[in-house]
Amino acid sequence: MLSRIAESMFWIGRYVERAEDTARILDVQTQLLWEAAPAQEEETCRNLLSIMGVGVEDDEPVDTATVLAHLVHDINRPTSVAANLAAARESARRARETLSEPMWEALNSTHRVVASGQLARMPLASVFTWVRDRVALVNGAADATMTRDEGWQFLVLGRFIERADMTSRLVATASFRSTAGSPWTSILRACGGHEAFLRTYKGLETDRGAAEFLLLDRLFPRSVVFSMSRAEQCLDNLEGGQRAGFQNDAHRLVGRTRADLEYRALSEVTADLPAEMERLQRTCAEATEAIGRRYFAGSEGTYWMGGRVS
Amino acid sequence: MQQVINAYRPCGVAHDEMVGTDGLRASYLELAESIGALGVDELEARMEALRTSYLDQGVTFDIGGEERAFPLDVFPRVIEQETWTNVEAGVRQRVAALEAFLADVYDSGQVFSDGVVPRSVVTTSSHFHREAVGIRPPNGVRVHVSGIDLVRDEAGNFRVLEDNVRVPSGVSYVMTNRRAIAAALPESLQRHRIRSVAEYPQRLLAALRAAAPAGVTDPTVVVLTPGVYNGAYFEHALLARTMGVELVEGRDLECRRGRVMMRTTHGLEPVHVIYRRVDDEFLDPVHFRGDSMLGCPGMIDAARAGQVTLANAVGNGVADDKLVYTYMPDLIEYYLGEKPLLPNVDTWRLGEPEALAEVLDRLDELVVKPVDGSGGKGIVIGPAASRAELDALRRRLVDDPRGWIAQPVVQLSTVPTWLDGDLVPRHVDLRPFAVNDGNDVWVLPGGLTRVALGEGELVVNSSRGGGSKDTWVIAGNATPEAVEEVAPVHPVRMAQAPSEGPAMHAPDPASAEQHGQQQQQQQMRDDVEEEPQC
Repeated sequence: MLSRIAESMFWIGRYVERAEDTARILDVQTQLLWEAAPAQEEETCRNLLSIMGVGVEDDEPVDTATVLAHLVHDINRPTSVAANLAAARESARRARETLSEPMWEALNSTHRVVASGQLARMPLASVFTWVRDRVALVNGAADATMTRDEGWQFLVLGRFIERADMTSRLVATASFRSTAGSPWTSILRACGGHEAFLRTYKGLETDRGAAEFLLLDRLFPRSVVFSMSRAEQCLDNLEGGQRAGFQNDAHRLVGRTRADLEYRALSEVTADLPAEMERLQRTCAEATEAIGRRYFAGSEGTYWMGGRVS
Repeated sequence: MQQVINAYRPCGVAHDEMVGTDGLRASYLELAESIGALGVDELEARMEALRTSYLDQGVTFDIGGEERAFPLDVFPRVIEQETWTNVEAGVRQRVAALEAFLADVYDSGQVFSDGVVPRSVVTTSSHFHREAVGIRPPNGVRVHVSGIDLVRDEAGNFRVLEDNVRVPSGVSYVMTNRRAIAAALPESLQRHRIRSVAEYPQRLLAALRAAAPAGVTDPTVVVLTPGVYNGAYFEHALLARTMGVELVEGRDLECRRGRVMMRTTHGLEPVHVIYRRVDDEFLDPVHFRGDSMLGCPGMIDAARAGQVTLANAVGNGVADDKLVYTYMPDLIEYYLGEKPLLPNVDTWRLGEPEALAEVLDRLDELVVKPVDGSGGKGIVIGPAASRAELDALRRRLVDDPRGWIAQPVVQLSTVPTWLDGDLVPRHVDLRPFAVNDGNDVWVLPGGLTRVALGEGELVVNSSRGGGSKDTWVIAGNATPEAVEEVAPVHPVRMAQAPSEGPAMHAPDPASAEQHGQQQQQQQMRDDVEEEPQC
């Protein structure tokens, strides 16, 4: 398939996932913010923005409204849910001929709500539900109607690299100081995995268990290891099964990080959670670059420098 | 609702397609009855659903970067089979003559030697490209797709308003309009046997494959688009999608050793047929605009070397020139030995002194159009123009008579149109689409009906608030007639095989500036949105 289209597919996967995960993370964090003592608001907001990769000046005042602008409503800030949904739709428009009609329509009508300003008028709690619903619709339409060709592999690859990255950010919020008891319960809830976790660990709710579940569970679809394995699988499918070794930098990076997580002792992984999670996010960024070099290179424009030949 | 239909009154001078002097025409009886059975509120609700579905599906066009839903009126236009058979034959004939003329222009130019058209008419056309001389299309086709614009005059006769054989657009709306109307008016649709428009992509793909370079048995066909900022991007994507081929931009292509390749995740792959929706001047910076970011350097040389087919062919614009248009009836007789089945609108050639004198005299009652018709700029409708405008026009005509033609104001036919809860007559034109695969010219039943939404307004383009209508060709009982072979009376001599083209220039990679690209994509002329009709 065309490199440019492959790149669009990959980014549709990422943007859609990012919109959903941002909504999930905020859903939990806004709850905590409202329960927290007013004195803690600024600190928690700063931590949250930093974990989501938003840079703010030290002397700039930060409150819940700032967080919501950066991460939910402001379509001009690349980190916001609105911007991600718009970007997903723009990528889809560029790859329109490869998308199935139901998937395109799901993305396009979602974007219309954002573009018309309706999103900004919704109550916050409904925003989060709405985003999850719309993303479920987009992904469901894609799952049900798209052939599992190369385009699909890039879409899913983007989705799971983004999910590994975002789950690691979610896990990193566990280190926030909070008066409201263990943060892990709400993190599990954000992932929609609280019941699954309770069943898996027979109701024994421990911080260690929760960390293990979110990072290492091979069956839970939002865990880091699950996401990384799926990304590996996509890269496998794209390369068509080599007999030995990995020719592909992205494959090597993702595989090594996944194995590293699985083979180290959990206590070692969780010893410095923020640093460990930052390392994971770096891996995702490097893998993205490697994928770009391997598959999308050359999709950039060439430009004729000569004048008119008469 | 029945009262609304009964209360409908044509506007007078123009031919009304639903109501004649004896009341409702037979072709509209069923439609008027079935729509009449709906309540006004019901019809409004269906219109609303239709608009929303166009926005959700992204059936849009772009004006200056703003995306808008393509306007579709709920009341269809009906063309009975008998009338359509004539139109179809006329369009076919027109395309055959255009093909013969273009082959001649870019070859021996016999038509000039025989004194049918002065050679200067073609050489002074801004769309005549020497670069295209000697490029021989593999199956002889230059006009793979055409959109011949027709209007119905006061007597109800179809006349050709202009020929579009460069990159005619609008066919996607014919297909989406049908789907939308089928959803909005299922009762009405079921009462008719309407000829389908769904086979267009397959016909187009077959024609493009038939045009592949010699020796290529399983050609790779692509659609080349200027990009998402182009007004007709929706159409480009729809055609690529329904043909199952790649939609490429210039930056996806690269010429290597005289062949056009596209960049894929598995490296470069050859491309054999390019259905390009990019204008000539932007196609190849080696030969045309050196600053173009929309094409690919080396494409013209690859076409000349017979490695790739460009559809439509480069240089077709000479046939779109409105001065050449005035010669079309003569050209049909010259090449085909037939009388034109579809007459032109009467036209004065201002290069002829008596014609110029007459036109200058009657400027306030005529329509004056620039011959290269780009974007419809510069058109002056005499009766609607101010004294100062007419004076300015007079000076321009005297300075550059080659650049203009003049026509009487034709009152385009009207079709009932649903506006603000009422059914009112509005002027329409028709763009039938024809696909030439080298053996046969196939005409899509119906075509794009554009409607001017303002009262008495004769300009139908969307950027000036024009809309569209689903166009129903009612299937007759007769079996479709056999395709006539068109044998040219004056066969055109073919040139010798072209010698090897000049050496290929390799592209210099540089980061293409986003803004410039967007500008160019928007600059691209788009027939459907821009060309006014009158």
